[in-house]
Amino acid sequence: MSALLEVRDLHVEFRTRDGVAKAVNGVSYGVGAGETLAVLGESGSGKSVTAQAIMGILDSPPGHVTGGQVLFQGRDLLTLSKEERRRVRGAKMAMIFQDALSSLNPVHTVGAQLGEMFQVHEGMSRKDARVKAVELMDRVRIPAAKERVNDYPHQFSGGMRQRIMIAMALALEPDLIIADEPTTALDVTVQAQVMDLLAELQREFTMGLILITHDLGVVADVADKIAVMYAGRIVETAPVHELYKRPAHPYTRGLLDSIPRLDRKGQELYAIKGLPPNLMAIPPGCPFHPRCPRAQDVCVTDRPPLFPVTENDGTELPGRAGACHFWKDELNAS
Amino acid sequence: MPPEATEARPTGEPILEVRDLAKLYPLTRGVVFRRKIGAVRAVDTVSFDLRRGETLGIVGESGCGKSTLAKMLVHLERPTSGRILYKGEDITRLSGRALKAVRRNIQMVFQDPYTSLNPRMTVGDIVGEPFDIHPEVAPKGDRRRRVQELLDVVGLNPEYINRYPHQFSGGQRQRIGIARGLALNPEIIICDEPVSALDVSVQAQVVNLLERLQDEFGLSYVFIAHDLSVVRHISDRVGVMYLGRFAEIGTDEQIYDYPTHPYTQALLSAVPVPDPEAREGRERIILAGDVPSPANPPSGCRFRTRCWKAQDKCAQEVPQLVVPAGFRHAEGPVVHDSACHFAEALPQDMSEPASAE
Repeated sequence: MSALLEVRDLHVEFRTRDGVAKAVNGVSYGVGAGETLAVLGESGSGKSVTAQAIMGILDSPPGHVTGGQVLFQGRDLLTLSKEERRRVRGAKMAMIFQDALSSLNPVHTVGAQLGEMFQVHEGMSRKDARVKAVELMDRVRIPAAKERVNDYPHQFSGGMRQRIMIAMALALEPDLIIADEPTTALDVTVQAQVMDLLAELQREFTMGLILITHDLGVVADVADKIAVMYAGRIVETAPVHELYKRPAHPYTRGLLDSIPRLDRKGQELYAIKGLPPNLMAIPPGCPFHPRCPRAQDVCVTDRPPLFPVTENDGTELPGRAGACHFWKDELNAS
Repeated sequence: MPPEATEARPTGEPILEVRDLAKLYPLTRGVVFRRKIGAVRAVDTVSFDLRRGETLGIVGESGCGKSTLAKMLVHLERPTSGRILYKGEDITRLSGRALKAVRRNIQMVFQDPYTSLNPRMTVGDIVGEPFDIHPEVAPKGDRRRRVQELLDVVGLNPEYINRYPHQFSGGQRQRIGIARGLALNPEIIICDEPVSALDVSVQAQVVNLLERLQDEFGLSYVFIAHDLSVVRHISDRVGVMYLGRFAEIGTDEQIYDYPTHPYTQALLSAVPVPDPEAREGRERIILAGDVPSPANPPSGCRFRTRCWKAQDKCAQEVPQLVVPAGFRHAEGPVVHDSACHFAEALPQDMSEPASAE
């Protein structure tokens, strides 16, 4: 699959009064048309900052992209002018945020906000844009779209608001959608509705989808491949089934093991010891070593690159890589 | 799994009995003459028992009344009607000194460790504050030592006593909240979404801590959360709430493996399973629509507007929370309280525990 988006060795840092926080430290990933990449990580892992750098909506200052490339349909977005970038954003790539209530403008009707997309990007008249807005609301299955187009965001429920966010992202039929924790704020039953809708629309338009989340369950349901991030780096990539079955990085295994499971009720939950690192003082060597059950001397001194992960006999495992000196042991531990 | 883990551990007498508890928030119109135009029925006649040493999990979506219920249990909200009995004594209408004495024994841990700790107070002051109100628990000269002990119990360095909340991570702050809840040696702790705001790896640490403290101090928990897997892990019994009422209540096995209420079945099937292979054999029930407004709940069964089994009877008759008629002569874990006229066990292939290996 030719990559729709390719991020190469991206570095982002935040220069603050207290020092420099290295939020993203050499992230590379790609996503093809019709493909879903899940980026999994805890708070502070750099998963959202990477997405903001791709979209070009990084708060700057204090954020600065200090290196790397963001190739979108062959063009490096980081070299474009502000105006060119703005034209790509919305029309070619769009973003869905976690909190729909604070992402929508409370003093404009949803119809006006949806229509604005067409007025600004396609120069449509207000009237035509309104018709388009109703169409979009129908498409994301908001009941009685015609009557509700003049309602304000607060008059919708959480699930409906998230549908409006999705409608807005879809408005100009982009090639890539980045969804940052799209269902985290929603209830379980509504979450299922919204994820289904998103997956269906993605198929219909063969869009690339980057799904940013901390929820291992949501990922398992929709993603093709996963990139696990820790301290601003990718520590493991794998096709979704293989990651759950045979993780090659101790951090991934720790995350999987800390989910309560039926067969372990009554026992202590596995807990990764310690805390995620401070981004202003990332530990030397492997950033995970202070919390890692496998850590040896080499982990303190040498930073592990993303090793290609293979079977014991050297058979290639396509799409798999792990940033651990002992990926072989971890893989064989399953 | 060891067999004793499946059995409900506590068999003791009920320490907390809740009977027909309800909370209505009036809706008013007008500024000067505030006319009452209706009420939000946040919690509507809820009854349950909490036994000594037991963990009762309460699950439900936002707006189902689970947090209002928690607040009533610790007397942060006054119930509109119904009774709360603590060790057989009605504490619903207590006030003054009698209330203060009871409150010592029922403490609360809040969801958001960022807003439930005063940023201008040191950790020592936060954890020690309950002693100002109940000086009999720790004499003045002894307090600092007691606070340090508490910090140690919850896994924080006792030397952090003079630090401020912002110097801690989310998980550590939740430990501070737990230490405060423990300060007065309570018998019951109400935990309202205690791990929801935490990262996955830290969640496990806090859940383990809560379980360890329960064993150590013989605590009873009411554990409120929307994360069904965490609730199952920690609870002996589980109640499922929908729009201010219990839809179903039973042991964790009864609820998770043999649910008979359609809402519970839908809720469980909607939970994303972190195992792509278990997911494939699983049938999902996707509910249409949203939870109706508690200001204007549907007549009869509250779930009927989203239920695929709903019939005329559901609009007319409120289903009682009892063992459904169809199961009265049955045996095994399907026999438990479920408020549905048409309660049914799941077909066997669907009730297989989804994430078992």
